Amino acid sequence: MTLLLKPNPSSGVPIYLQLKEQIRHACETGALRPGDSLPGMRILAQSLVINPNTVARVYRELEQEGLLELRHGIGAFVTSGRTVTRWTAARTGQMQAAQKAANEFVEELRRRGFGTDEIRRLVEAELAALPGTKRHSSSAG
Amino acid sequence: MPLADYQRSGDVQGSYAIETHDLTKHYDTFEAVRGLSIKVPRGSITGFLGQNGAGKSTTIKMLLGMMKPTRGSGRVLDVDILDAGKSIDARRRLAYVSEDKRLYDYMTVRQIIDFTKSFYPTWKTDIEQQLLDEFRLPLDRPTKKLSKGMRTQTALLLALARGAELLILDEPTEGLDPVVTEKILELVVGAAADGTTVFFSSHQIAEVEQIADRILLIDRGQLVLDTSPELIAENFRRIRGIYDLPLPEGALALDGVERVAVDGRMVSVIASRNIDGIAHRMAHLSSGPSVEVLPLSLKEIVLESLKRD
Repeated sequence: MTLLLKPNPSSGVPIYLQLKEQIRHACETGALRPGDSLPGMRILAQSLVINPNTVARVYRELEQEGLLELRHGIGAFVTSGRTVTRWTAARTGQMQAAQKAANEFVEELRRRGFGTDEIRRLVEAELAALPGTKRHSSSAG
Repeated sequence: MPLADYQRSGDVQGSYAIETHDLTKHYDTFEAVRGLSIKVPRGSITGFLGQNGAGKSTTIKMLLGMMKPTRGSGRVLDVDILDAGKSIDARRRLAYVSEDKRLYDYMTVRQIIDFTKSFYPTWKTDIEQQLLDEFRLPLDRPTKKLSKGMRTQTALLLALARGAELLILDEPTEGLDPVVTEKILELVVGAAADGTTVFFSSHQIAEVEQIADRILLIDRGQLVLDTSPELIAENFRRIRGIYDLPLPEGALALDGVERVAVDGRMVSVIASRNIDGIAHRMAHLSSGPSVEVLPLSLKEIVLESLKRD
């Protein structure tokens, strides 16, 4: 499976969130489109070598968010609902452009000699510092 | 593949496959296990972490009725571990793969499969065949001449084809190469997807973090951490700030602060909750422009929990 990659358990981001983000991202970039099916939970758990309860939770939450539809006895499908239609149009192009920008940004930092862990920390610190973020670092005073 | 298969059915019996209370084992003067109270939910993959000699194998032997506790009690699949008669019933419903993966040395792989099969009317021939194909085990080779990886695979095949409700694995991936290790983990995940509870001891933090939904850490016979990878990723953080002057006494005695380490001007706090509150307080006291909030891996938390003060 190359559509979904093995989550990194040590990144500080829960595995279920990593998997959710990957599935959302695949929908946003158009790698997954309405009507496409996702592997059964057992197969996905085994191929990513992660806990089956984690996959079940991700599928359940994505169903509640309207991104997936779980059809009893068949599997999980990307919904053809409004949310996804909106993404697959303008949003997909924006997402691809953003992905390119992110890629260039990471490459630039790597050229300056930063390692992947350092880059991850820098990005996480920036995200954490955004106003309204749950886990933020606060300025003095 | 029907999705409903993976939604755990409501537990008919207790919701824990393993439950111990104050489990204790003394050898002469050495206390191998000290007052261990643990719960392993049905359907979970529970990783049992600890250094070599921390008491993992002794605990497992007591759970299996292979060793009598000095004190305390326990239930495995709702059977009292002290009840020798009934624990035979529990042992038929669970499968145990020991640390040394001992098999009957003189038997070939084929013979040991047939031998084991004869005791279990519910033997799953399809699983047997599937794993034989996958592992490509040499059927005519005596088990004593198998590599360590093949012995583990044979032992797991015997355990899984029996259709055990509970798998107890003592260091299942110890000494195996990364490819075989990943295969074993895949198998464990698959068994859990089919509803089997898995309790496995390990000192490989990364593999526990990868597949377990419950984590128990013991140190010198005592439980020092009982958590889940999700809780760790969501709740645990390292918060660091720069301070020109030493912090006033008790300045960081806040809810959620687990540990404080000072290294020159850098003060580093490990927190298990109340991250925002602690970060605010640290930022007010800080001489630097801000404090940093960093994620923590299970490895860091384990190493901190095992630090000897």
